[in-house]
Amino acid sequence: MNSSVLLSITTFTYGLAAFFYFASLIFKKPLTGKLATWTALTGVTVNAAGIILRWMESYRLGIGHAPLSNMYESLVFFSCTIIIIYLVIERRYKTSVIGAVATPLAFLAMAYASLSPNINDRIQPLIPALKSNWLIAHVITCFLGYAAFAIAFGISLMYLFRQRDTEGKIRFLSHFPKSRVLDELTHQMVMFGFLFLSIGIITGSVWANSAWGSYWSWDPKETWSLITWFVYATFLHARMMRGWSGKRIAYLSILGFMAVIFTYFGVNLLPGLHSYGSG
Amino acid sequence: MYHSWWFQFLILLLTINIVVCSIDRLSATWKIIFAKNPLFNLSRFRTLSQKEIFTGRQSPKELSTVYETFISRQFGYTRVEETDKGLCIFAEKWRWTRFGVYIVHLSVILLLLGGLIGSLFGFKGFAMIPENEKIDSIRIRNTGQVRTLGFEVLCDDFNISFYDNGAPKEYRSSLTIIEHGRPVYKKDIIVNDPLRYKGINIFQSSYGKMPSGALQNKKIHKKDPSEDITLNFASKKSGKLYKIKAVIGKPVDIPEDLGKFVIVEYRKSAEFGGQNIGQAYMGILTPKDKEPVKIMLPLHFPNFDKMRRGAVVISVGEQQAKKFNPGEKSDQRYYTGLQITKDPGVWVVYTGFILMIIGIFITFFMSHQRMCIEIVKTGENSQVIVSGTSNKNKLAMQNNVKKIAEKLINL
Ligand code: HEM
Repeated sequence: MNSSVLLSITTFTYGLAAFFYFASLIFKKPLTGKLATWTALTGVTVNAAGIILRWMESYRLGIGHAPLSNMYESLVFFSCTIIIIYLVIERRYKTSVIGAVATPLAFLAMAYASLSPNINDRIQPLIPALKSNWLIAHVITCFLGYAAFAIAFGISLMYLFRQRDTEGKIRFLSHFPKSRVLDELTHQMVMFGFLFLSIGIITGSVWANSAWGSYWSWDPKETWSLITWFVYATFLHARMMRGWSGKRIAYLSILGFMAVIFTYFGVNLLPGLHSYGSG
Repeated sequence: MYHSWWFQFLILLLTINIVVCSIDRLSATWKIIFAKNPLFNLSRFRTLSQKEIFTGRQSPKELSTVYETFISRQFGYTRVEETDKGLCIFAEKWRWTRFGVYIVHLSVILLLLGGLIGSLFGFKGFAMIPENEKIDSIRIRNTGQVRTLGFEVLCDDFNISFYDNGAPKEYRSSLTIIEHGRPVYKKDIIVNDPLRYKGINIFQSSYGKMPSGALQNKKIHKKDPSEDITLNFASKKSGKLYKIKAVIGKPVDIPEDLGKFVIVEYRKSAEFGGQNIGQAYMGILTPKDKEPVKIMLPLHFPNFDKMRRGAVVISVGEQQAKKFNPGEKSDQRYYTGLQITKDPGVWVVYTGFILMIIGIFITFFMSHQRMCIEIVKTGENSQVIVSGTSNKNKLAMQNNVKKIAEKLINL
């Protein structure tokens, strides 16, 4: 058994979980809901095991480092955090509907990581700039933030779909949580994500200062993470100061996630300190 | 951009905006936070839509003493008041969390201030020190001004190691700080582990190879690099290699109708991706019917242009590369490229970082919570009404109220 087998199983299991969550959305049988939850739980366990195994394998290769050093590894970690955060929400709010957006996101991230020809899944040695404990703190906190924003994005989409269908004509939409709950959940997720995005940016700049002697160099990734930060700061101010809610908030959350996606993928097309991410 | 006037002006405007808004609001918040006797408005609690109501088997007086000891364990402040219908316990906690926002805004101000201090009183420069040589001044980035350090930096040694797959593993410079002619501090620096001395930080940032020995160096200077250059053009389609003589500034036609190429300049130390890659020609390739592209031809990396994946791979003829790099491997000397900075604003920025994390946490995840437990006499028994509000996250507060009510029932 090696880590890439485990991670392939993870991809498959997330796909299956997504299928079950959709099924439970449509048929509303408690059994499918349970099945979905257990599948997601299995998936995340295998995912975590895969990450740990990959970590150990890197030591066996004599280049030991935490598996958070390139695009492939970050996507794997991203999927793991999405599902962990989602499962916590499912437990706390006792609703499994959001699983129908969270598991497809995790599945897509895993599938993209394994299938994209631009992404190298080999364990590579760390280049000198990445040899720092700040790397671990930086990546973990950034991705906790990104995962929360991803879920907020999913919930906002659900909110907008639900809003469209005010008379409750479409059957499976009527199983969605109340709009008010979706709205509040988006806000909660964004607050959580914002805290971690902030810590992520901060640990990143402390790291940059210890590696290059400058805590902020306006490289494209830094600039875009700042733009993302401002979008979500706007979200939070609109909500807390102006009392925005509902549709406008959902749109802001979607806009914010677009900025996250661009920070994550788009920026690799531009030159800069972070371009190792494309490897 | 950070140094342009409009950017600094915007930052100044933003800062003033936050300061003015925050001070404006702070005065109101201040009054709430430092009120001697927190004000409770019973009628407001009564009009709340979410209330937990149950019946207690004792009199209001007895219940209130039991409840108060329980509540005071969870809330920092409690007070019992008589009402028109019986008794009422007020409780509250985390009043001070209303400061959270101001902590966040203060942190933003500290970040901007720290940045300003850094750009006014600090500098960012670089230096290249050949092995066994020392420098006492550096060049400032962007402006190119020379600045003395107040001490000398000696590079005793530079080493680079590679992984098996050829990727760089470690760049290591052994440095000695020399003050008044005496060595005072020694340290090996690697990326992520700089040397810090008297507020000045020295970071490993690049490296390069010296054209070995000063004598040969002079020879190179005598010989103009614009003369007598042989270029290799490898056509991808036919697989053929063409050797063509070129002169700086004169375009040459590439066979197989692959376009025109002209060398525009010679650089003694070219940079690629932040790394120094030594001597190189810079040229412009104009393929047929396509946009011109800039091309770099490092003398020591004949395969460099392959990365471009064009229809033709251009490199500098071997003879040429040798001429400019006559040294044998054994007497090859490295120089280390250092980033040298001073930033007295860093600690202000770091304080801002810490305050920001604390402030955001307080703002989002803690709230000023107020409870009201009203106990109304109804014949033998009492009716208990539990309600509560918070300035943020009202949903969570409702759950809290529910939990507390359940505990009170079982007391
Ligand atoms: C890090 C995250 C931030 C959080 C959590 C936050 C939170 C808040 C909150 C809760 C308020 C309402 C204040 C009150 O009720 O007294 C507020 C107001 C405000 N914030 Fe922020 N803020 C943040 C960052 C920023 C940033 C980066 C800026 C500016 C670039 C900013 C500018 C303002 C302004 C101008 C107001 C309006 C003040 C007023 O009208 O009283 N904030 N913020």
